[in-house]
Amino acid sequence: MDKADNRILLKKLVVVTVGMFGFGFAMVPFYYKICEVTGINSGDAQVLARNTQVDTRRTITLEFDANVDAHLPWRFRPLQRSIRLHPGEMVQVLYEVENLSDRDITGQAIPSYGPQLAGRYVKKIECFCFTGQTLKAGEKKQMPVMMVMDPALPNDVHTVTLSYTFFVQPDSGKAAQGGRPAANG
Amino acid sequence: MAHDATHAHDAIPAHDGHGQPGGIMRWLTTTNHKDIGSLYLWFAGTMFLVAGSFALVIRAELFQPGLQVVHPDFFNQMTTLHGLIMVFGVIMPAWAGFANWQIPLMIGAPDMAFPRMNNWGFWLLPVAGFLLLLGLFMPGGAAAGGWTMYPPLFVQGGISYDLTIFAIHILGASSIMGSINIITTVLNMRAPGMTLMKMPLFVWTWLITAYLLIATVPVLAGAVTMLLTDRHFDTHFFNPAGGGDPVMFQHIFWFFGHPEVYILILPAFGVVSQIIPTFARKPLFGYASMVYATASIAILSFIVWAHHMFTVGMPAAAQLFFMYSTMLIAVPTGVKVFNWVATMWKGSMTFETPMLFAIAFVCLFTIGGFSGLVCAMTPVDIQIHDTYYVVAHFHYVLVSGALFAIIAGVYYWLPKWTGHMYDEKLGKLHFWLSVISMNVTFFPMHFLGLAGMPRRYADYALQFAEFNMIASIGAFIFGFSQLIFLAVIIKAIRGGRKASDQVWEGAQGLEWTVPSPAPYHTFETAPVVK
Ligand code: HEM
Ligand SMILES: [Cu+2]
Repeated sequence: MDKADNRILLKKLVVVTVGMFGFGFAMVPFYYKICEVTGINSGDAQVLARNTQVDTRRTITLEFDANVDAHLPWRFRPLQRSIRLHPGEMVQVLYEVENLSDRDITGQAIPSYGPQLAGRYVKKIECFCFTGQTLKAGEKKQMPVMMVMDPALPNDVHTVTLSYTFFVQPDSGKAAQGGRPAANG
Repeated sequence: MAHDATHAHDAIPAHDGHGQPGGIMRWLTTTNHKDIGSLYLWFAGTMFLVAGSFALVIRAELFQPGLQVVHPDFFNQMTTLHGLIMVFGVIMPAWAGFANWQIPLMIGAPDMAFPRMNNWGFWLLPVAGFLLLLGLFMPGGAAAGGWTMYPPLFVQGGISYDLTIFAIHILGASSIMGSINIITTVLNMRAPGMTLMKMPLFVWTWLITAYLLIATVPVLAGAVTMLLTDRHFDTHFFNPAGGGDPVMFQHIFWFFGHPEVYILILPAFGVVSQIIPTFARKPLFGYASMVYATASIAILSFIVWAHHMFTVGMPAAAQLFFMYSTMLIAVPTGVKVFNWVATMWKGSMTFETPMLFAIAFVCLFTIGGFSGLVCAMTPVDIQIHDTYYVVAHFHYVLVSGALFAIIAGVYYWLPKWTGHMYDEKLGKLHFWLSVISMNVTFFPMHFLGLAGMPRRYADYALQFAEFNMIASIGAFIFGFSQLIFLAVIIKAIRGGRKASDQVWEGAQGLEWTVPSPAPYHTFETAPVVK
């Protein structure tokens, strides 16, 4: 029970502590590996949930459109022009956005729909339009949208257009550092 | 307690060779395990009053349907702070206080292995508590995302969320220091003859708890670090738009979180295993099985975490695995309850306040264990998850479990700490008020949960009105009854009937061989255990 023994044990326990801190981070790749192997989170979540609400008798065409406000030096486009889906089915699509300027800027995407009434039936689970998006100077990134078309969509609607327009987020702190002149200009 | 340590200290200055500073500096610089134990206990007691008053704000708002007392956002801040402080600022520090006071006394060691680290471990706590409460005065108020700190709320919130994350880091560091100290003390500094299988159960349960802490608190630190980098350094651990996944936070959090609930309860098992044999005047029934049951609970606690997440959409196989592994924990827990009852069986029992709280613990903790089993059944839990049923469950295991054991332990060892018997009449009054009002508060919550009342809302549908009113009345009685406890403690510190060294007729163990109050320095030459 002398001091040296205590110090040896102290060192061992510190190693365990540091190791477990690392283990917390190791859980991240581990988690994705498990999801991949078991097929969870791979976009067929509705299969797992045995979603009975998918209306396979109808097929809707969903078209994508992207615009950028004139004050925002960004390039923004959908990575697919259109998809075909059943009402009630969960789908994921990707948009790509690129900051062409040499400043960090925060933008906010505002969705609109054609026909307008369809907006009520597009249920977004995840969307880059939920929060402002900050892009570093020259940064380019892909952003997903996950959504379900509500089966209550009126029967005479066969094609829906989902359009986003990115605006400079006026009250964004980050924009204030670099992007403000553009917003005012 | 703290007060009295001072007296003991003054009384025997000869034992204290190095000139110690007086006043506040004495407490800031102390490395004495009894001083530090008292500091932990006073800190826990103070935070108990703070977090308790937050609970009363919650219950005041829920007294009636509708919004009467506070703004819903403030309500959410109250539920968040109540949970965080009760777990990290009350129960954990209280157990650390017991460990500091009792472990050296129970294993015949002169002090903890690393006295200076011990001092640090304590003094980090007030800093963390300050940061948590500071949030209340920040723009937007304190963190309001729940004690479980789930993203996206915890990624989106303001400055007080950063303070909370920082406070968790500090609290974590404090518990790790405490645990390393406890493991080293227990493994290296036991008196000659005190083999592992002769250690008092409280020491055993704390040893296992300390291992749980070292294995899980760093994981929590990792999880909140990821929150922090998601907030400020553009990582996307939990943000789906950047390829992350908020459900992953829940996995990492509960990998810590479920062992954490055992961190809160295992020392309680230890205290109750000390008290029941004393007042039943029989040795503990099934000592070895108690040790093995504690160890198996600790090991199993690592493979059940996802029972907190049955509703996130797991594959059926995973749901079954977590359901069965959770239910398996009931087996060693059942062994423990059986052993406590068997210890009382045909004992010559007396019912002093510590024993009353210990018996209430056995009965009421078991109710909490049963409602845990109900929650463990996946199909049932999908129904009752995030309802008041879960609130009822964890308050039975935490209030009538962990907290009652803490109270029982304070009554049990108070005469050893202060040298005076506490006021038994007041103690009994405190017991009966607490045990009745605790049930009035939390039992109706089972019904509310089964009927579908969700947790963490400031308002509720009209059909839940009666049970909520009953629960709120119970909560106020419970809260104010705890002032009696404070009065009893202060009274015992100030004076009272002199306690003998053994204090309780049936008490066994090294701590009862030293004088009451325990002198500032004990076991400087190790006792020999036969
Ligand atoms: C037989 C033992 C136990 C079983 C089977 C059990 C099972 C469960 C389950 C399945 C849940 C999740 C319910 C839900 O969120 O839908 C839960 C929640 C909880 N349990 Fe237990 N439990 C047991 C013992 C304990 C103990 C000993 C403690 C603490 C001392 C505890 C503290 C908690 C807490 C704090 C929560 C709620 C966490 C939150 O969502 O905020 N449980 N328990
Ligand atoms: Cu759990």
